[in-house]
Amino acid sequence: MRKLLYISAALALFSSCEPEFNEPVDEVGFYDQGEVDLTNYVALGNSLTSGYADGALYLDAQQSSYPNILASKFALAGGGDFTQPLMNDNIGGLLLNGTPIAATRLVLNFDQNGNPLPVNLEGTPTTEVTNTLEGPFNNMAVPGAKSYHLVAPGYGNIAGIGTSANPYFARMASSSETTVLADAAAQNPTFFSIWIGNNDVLTYAISGGTGVDQTGNLNPASYANNDITDPNVFAATTSQVVSAMTANGAKGVVINIPDVTKIPFFTTVPNNALVLNAEQAQQLTLFFQAVAGITTQGLIDQGVPAAQAQQIASQYAITFNEGPNRWLIDTPASQTNPLGFRQMTEEERIVLTIDQTALRTAGYGSVAISNEVLQVLGKLQAGATITEAEAGLVLAAINGIDDKDALDNEEINAINTARSAYNTTLSGLAQQNDLILLDFESLYEEIVLSGYQYNGGEITTTFGTGGAFSLDGIHLTPRGYAVVADEIIRAINESYDANIPGVDPGNYPTIFVQ
Amino acid sequence: MRTRLMTILALMALGITYAGGFRVALQGQRALAMGHTGVAVVNNAEVAFFNPAGMSFLEEKLSVSFGASAVFTNIAFQNEEFGYNTRAENPTSTPFNLYGTYKINEKLSLGIAVYTPFGSQVTYPKNWEGSHLINDIALRAIFFQPTISYKITDKISIGGGPIYASGSVNFTRNLDRSTTDVNGERLAVTIDQSGIGAWGYTAGMMFKPTEKLTMGINYRSEINVEARGGNADFQNIPENLQGQFADGTFDADLPLPAELSVGASYRFNDQWLVALDYNRVFWNAYDALNVSFSNGLESINPRNYQDSSVYRFGFQYIASELFTFRGGYYFDESPVQEGYFAPETPRNNSNNFTAGLSVNISDRFAIDASFLYVHFNEIDASYDFYQENGQTAPFGGTYKNNVFVPGLGITYKL
Repeated sequence: MRKLLYISAALALFSSCEPEFNEPVDEVGFYDQGEVDLTNYVALGNSLTSGYADGALYLDAQQSSYPNILASKFALAGGGDFTQPLMNDNIGGLLLNGTPIAATRLVLNFDQNGNPLPVNLEGTPTTEVTNTLEGPFNNMAVPGAKSYHLVAPGYGNIAGIGTSANPYFARMASSSETTVLADAAAQNPTFFSIWIGNNDVLTYAISGGTGVDQTGNLNPASYANNDITDPNVFAATTSQVVSAMTANGAKGVVINIPDVTKIPFFTTVPNNALVLNAEQAQQLTLFFQAVAGITTQGLIDQGVPAAQAQQIASQYAITFNEGPNRWLIDTPASQTNPLGFRQMTEEERIVLTIDQTALRTAGYGSVAISNEVLQVLGKLQAGATITEAEAGLVLAAINGIDDKDALDNEEINAINTARSAYNTTLSGLAQQNDLILLDFESLYEEIVLSGYQYNGGEITTTFGTGGAFSLDGIHLTPRGYAVVADEIIRAINESYDANIPGVDPGNYPTIFVQ
Repeated sequence: MRTRLMTILALMALGITYAGGFRVALQGQRALAMGHTGVAVVNNAEVAFFNPAGMSFLEEKLSVSFGASAVFTNIAFQNEEFGYNTRAENPTSTPFNLYGTYKINEKLSLGIAVYTPFGSQVTYPKNWEGSHLINDIALRAIFFQPTISYKITDKISIGGGPIYASGSVNFTRNLDRSTTDVNGERLAVTIDQSGIGAWGYTAGMMFKPTEKLTMGINYRSEINVEARGGNADFQNIPENLQGQFADGTFDADLPLPAELSVGASYRFNDQWLVALDYNRVFWNAYDALNVSFSNGLESINPRNYQDSSVYRFGFQYIASELFTFRGGYYFDESPVQEGYFAPETPRNNSNNFTAGLSVNISDRFAIDASFLYVHFNEIDASYDFYQENGQTAPFGGTYKNNVFVPGLGITYKL
């Protein structure tokens, strides 16, 4: 018996003689928070800050939100606990009183031909919005939030969901009338991050520019969701946010807004994917010569002088070539463009959610040529005259891309003008308040041009395979968020004389195959 | 704690034993206590392993020795750049040995040796930072060695025998650094096979120029353990990737390297004996751990080990009819080259201290106890040959390891 005791004591001795490092990284003082106090970090932002990915917020993605990654590294340099309003599952999506109001996450599936195809994960969301969470939470990010939403009372009011309120904030709001900013500031953060403003232009962009550019309208209460926020409204609200967050002398990082028109949602479907063989090209060219002819005649019939009519109609005599051709898009009909369509230009974008089957098979983006139309074309080629009804058949076959499925130059301009103004505001706020500005705009430009290299890997902005963007083409992958976190740590180490360990993006996943 | 233990070890003038790579040098309690010297020591049946030629110098008609050790391996890993700090949760492994020798006549002896000279048992926390290289491994080889020894003259003997090795391997790692299924579970693979048979041999010579001096040389051949058709189990594979990562079988070769030992012992008087051994382990044979799967996948893992040396010293002091004390030291050179430091056998050069004693509880029975402490210096090292999507992703940091091996045995003589 006593022998047994000795033996077990000896065993305990050996297994407790753990090797010790000369300078253990987990010892207090190995890392250093420098001039900042990381004990209470609060993050403000939208979906990008919440960890949202694959078209949904879900548990694993939240664990890889950049604030959560940051906090895990901060913890080694004096950082405190970090809490998030965690979802209930890895399915994603939301229930409001038992009814699904947000879709499940996208996962990669394959169609019968083996082509990759993102699909919503099967299952019913289990996160019920009305089961409000006991806060406060360090990660105050609210998917869908625009700048002015951070200071909007009632944004977390369950009764207002669908109109003035946001279900993600409703889950964690301290009261139905509170604001995101009030709940964040009440936590007395010692350090904070703000990444807000993407949605102030992004919803407009995703809608294909069907919203309104509200520049000049200073009343955000009158904005619809797909509108562009006035830059002065943006400046006023973000100033208010920064003032409140720095009230107790907290330091923080402000992240600016990248060119949202260069995310895979807009760069995946090419604007010149109308691929034709020689015969098809010739047929389409002939078709549009016919369109030009019909238009000339029509204008002359309306009393337009022949020369002018020919000049106006000549824009429709589009030449198509063997190989890729740019799509046609609808534009508002006008005196100078009476048929209301044109060919896309180089910088214009198609949205990822466009009906690609229609593009491939139904002549969407070009012409829906039926047998009847072919007969009319035959008549024209034979030199015969056609009836008005037959001319109408030809014009009706033109099938330009709808406004909602494309971003034209004007819309891109509106987005970038507003975005530049927002970024100027953010730079100014960072400078005035001695905060770090993480220039994500420039970083993103670089990633678009040449990818982002890390230990043993690279991410690019290519949809699906690039690794930076999740399956919705809008939000980052965990690996993309890890890059953001690592860049923030580098900036803190540099600006605040800190020594916080970095993040290896290679350890974070990208997309998920079903 | 560590300092105190070191002090105790120093006071007892202890010595130790273990070895580079996945060689587990624990082939006898008495020899281990003397720094695992033995190629020129005739003590008990353990000599069947250390130098079969020595069997015919044993005085007893029958000598039997059984021993087992408990290996407590501690591995600590940290990485300053990313703040990683991981400790392996290694299970205790228990290598054993059983030797028996029988004197047919003055010249000829027969013997049997069963021992476990190779093995590795390392378990890291699931999904630790290096889990794309290894999550856990259990490697073991049991050697069965019928042995014969012949005394040519009173001064020279030879000995040797065939070796049948039975190997087993169980190894799990994640398929890459990050990929998970939709439930967040990492994609992984386990390969498993046991009872893999392979053949080799051992041969030695012992020379006693004087009553006091003994010299010996022994060579144990390489044994190539060829796993064929072992079980390969891919885990957490998404439905759509089942074809690519189908479960099935695997093939892999694991060479157990040859070892050459030379040494000498000197008996000053009836009480004191010292021994010096030199081992050369031909690790060069271990150039890669390549696994090919029945689903067409291949896992290429360069190891590029180099031949390494072990320098051993031991002594024995017969204090009384009842007690014999032993101690030793050896320096064990790592076969791992820079850039090839894989976490499945994270071994750099080590200083080893051993000690032990025998208690003669009767004319026939003795209890043998030994203790080994393996001290590794802290080392910054990396494995630079892991590839992902055609790009090399080195994995490294600082390792600090130690090993404690208490052992117990029994010797019977007739």
